[in-house]
Amino acid sequence: MLSIKRVPTVLSNYQEENAGEPLGCGRSCLGKCCLPASKLPVYAFKNDPRPKASSVATDELPPDFFLNTLLLGQWEDRMNRGLFRYDVTACETKVIPGDHGFIAQLNEGRHLKKRPTEFRVDRVLQAFDPAKFNFTKVGQEEVLFRFEAAGGDEAHPFESDGNEGTKSPSVVAINVSPIEYGHVLLIPRVLDSLPQRIDQESFLLALRMASEAGSPYFRLGYNSLGAFATINHLHFQAYYLSVPFPVEKAPTAKIPTNQGRSKSGVTVSRLLNYPVRGLVYEGGKHLKDLADMVANSCVWLQSNNIPFNVLISDSGRRVFLFPQCYAEKQALGEVGQELLDTQVNPAVWEISGHMVLKRKKDYEEASEDYAWRLLAEVSLSEERFHEVKTYIFEAIGLVEPEEETIHEDEEKGTPSNSSDPMHAPQFPEGCLILQ
Amino acid sequence: MVALTIPSIGRRAENTSPPSAVAEVMAGCSRRLIDQSLTARYSDWIAEALDEIQGCFLITDPGVAGHPIVFASHGFLAMSGYSREEVLGRNGRMFQGPATNRRSVLEIREAIREERTLQISLLNYRKDGTPHWILFHLFPVFGVDDGRVAHFVAVQVPIPRRSRSLSEARCGGARGRLFGACRNEVRSDCDLGCNLAADLFVDVDNRGLEAEESREASEQEKERASDAANSILSALTQYSKLTGRVVSSQRSRLAGISPLSSSLILSLGRIKQSFVLTDPQLPDMPIVYASDEFLSLTGYSRHEILGHNYEFLNGPDTEVEVLHQIRQSIQVECACTVRLLNYRKDGSLFWNLLHVSPVRNASGKVAFYVNVQIDENTKSDGLGLSPHMRQLGVVGAVKVAVRSLSLCAGPSRPSS
Repeated sequence: MLSIKRVPTVLSNYQEENAGEPLGCGRSCLGKCCLPASKLPVYAFKNDPRPKASSVATDELPPDFFLNTLLLGQWEDRMNRGLFRYDVTACETKVIPGDHGFIAQLNEGRHLKKRPTEFRVDRVLQAFDPAKFNFTKVGQEEVLFRFEAAGGDEAHPFESDGNEGTKSPSVVAINVSPIEYGHVLLIPRVLDSLPQRIDQESFLLALRMASEAGSPYFRLGYNSLGAFATINHLHFQAYYLSVPFPVEKAPTAKIPTNQGRSKSGVTVSRLLNYPVRGLVYEGGKHLKDLADMVANSCVWLQSNNIPFNVLISDSGRRVFLFPQCYAEKQALGEVGQELLDTQVNPAVWEISGHMVLKRKKDYEEASEDYAWRLLAEVSLSEERFHEVKTYIFEAIGLVEPEEETIHEDEEKGTPSNSSDPMHAPQFPEGCLILQ
Repeated sequence: MVALTIPSIGRRAENTSPPSAVAEVMAGCSRRLIDQSLTARYSDWIAEALDEIQGCFLITDPGVAGHPIVFASHGFLAMSGYSREEVLGRNGRMFQGPATNRRSVLEIREAIREERTLQISLLNYRKDGTPHWILFHLFPVFGVDDGRVAHFVAVQVPIPRRSRSLSEARCGGARGRLFGACRNEVRSDCDLGCNLAADLFVDVDNRGLEAEESREASEQEKERASDAANSILSALTQYSKLTGRVVSSQRSRLAGISPLSSSLILSLGRIKQSFVLTDPQLPDMPIVYASDEFLSLTGYSRHEILGHNYEFLNGPDTEVEVLHQIRQSIQVECACTVRLLNYRKDGSLFWNLLHVSPVRNASGKVAFYVNVQIDENTKSDGLGLSPHMRQLGVVGAVKVAVRSLSLCAGPSRPSS
């Protein structure tokens, strides 16, 4: 039996309103010891298959409640309580001149104060290790609210003082080293201690959050292990920046499939004229259709040890998937020193076009050319990307037609059968990069 | 105390459903604002003048929360199948639908934000749910006096389907020739306007439409769009002289206080609580923005307070110590929450729970202070959120708006 121990809290200002016996381990963390008894506010979205922005915006809640009042307001509260390592709004930021509009930020303190990565980066799937840092160890003061599906129609969309509710709460917490104002983490089913890997249910939750926020400028992102995730505990990141990301502006071309639009209505395109090769998923009759297509694609990548990043954009209507290989190149010594010196690790936000620079010199000289060159190192080669794309399509049940032109009046060819065995990429075994 | 607010009607693409009952009632209340949007600047005769211009077009007002449509031409209503009541007061998003290209939507959003002209092909949806391709030509109209965008105009020209096999399509060979002949007619005979276009060239086969990734407009269509745009601009310019609030297609470079950009005003307008922004860089730290709810709370009108220092809310019974506390916080660029006695315009008193916070822009420096007021007597919203939490929501929303919207390309300004 767990004995109750008083442990000094690090940054916590959290005080229970009616402090009687200390609950759980006494630290008010997010573990099984403390979370079930907590009184965190709960935002319960309706489980509509085709959600409108803010499923709960009726007479009960105004449409901007989720994003402004709840998320940003609570974030501001934590700012006032001193829970962040620095004031990100004091960091200078600009759009780099050029066609693409890369965004650069000068943030000298972030990498100094950020938690270092504690695991090997050549394996995309690794078991959860409770000894290493994970979100159950975080104080509840860092949690803004719980984010879950509503129980029934009568359920209130918002409870400021939630009771136990579901056995498996999902929470939205602050990122104490924020990249932008409002930078939060969505941690699905925090008590289940899931490792950083995508599954259908958690991805759908992430899409729901994008949809509830209802703003195209509130985006969610995901980094797999090996693609610069720093914590092996399932989480998505999110923040608000009301300028378009370069990747969102890039042209796309639909990848034709024999089924035309897939049965689920999801279309997959590829990015054009962008330094990182990627796939863009859109459409779907129901939100779940889109979620499943992307999740299944990610599952294939995970199983085949290909690191990747995902950007959820346009209030959950467009999802970008980037398989990447920067860590491998770094390990093999293939990245130019000058790029390495800027110490930018290209995770989802960088790939999308938002770069945080640590040195003033780099910020002042930041150019579109630099951004392009850095991101070009991240991308899979054309051949490799084509190969990966084919496997992904097979995994998600889409079939591309036979090569070359398709004439309108001709019969479509029979679907090609890929007989190549799937193979894992040639990673140098045991490469371990500490960041 | 009732605050006159305009709800964000038509927030998501709701192409076929008419406004809800709530929205209709609110639309009635705000209809006056919609009508005034044009008449206040262009006089009462503008509607008539605009009705005489052929073409499908909409006029929107970015200064009103929700960026609503304030005018829809006959041609547009005929093309889209909506009635005037169904369209006025709603946002242009309502015509988008599932197959509308999201990148195009992004481009339109950015053009509005950057206050520039854009011409783009777009898939829109009529009231009956059928999609159709249009050439969408958007341009801003600036007020000469304040440099702000007074209105956006969106001209829409239908783009018919054009393929090699048009002559073999179900329209038949005759129609194919008719197509060619009539297009010349349409060009020279401007009475026909776009009603003719819609009838002749309407896509019989809608299913194929949504699979089309894009549809290029021809030179003729682009010309039609530009011609309509010029006629509209000319009418607006001419009639704006009657009221003295002259407009122009170019923003004039006036010296003096640079106005808040219309995109910032749009963002701030979505925050439905009482607050003001003050500018610490200007002498006497004047108010540069005040929400509608602030005006209702205090009883002042906007032009009475813009440019003035915030202290007109204070009076003989306001605690000097509290004012001192606020001033001190501002000195060290910190946030503070206080409770003080304030005066409305009519002299009545109220306890004001005031939260003041610095707001930085993209340079990292403090650009504004946001003051959020809560009348202690107002009923709680029943959500269990403390008034303080609601205030912080305003601060958060203002901070992201100011920071993001001040991002711009180009070299940093030279220090003075």
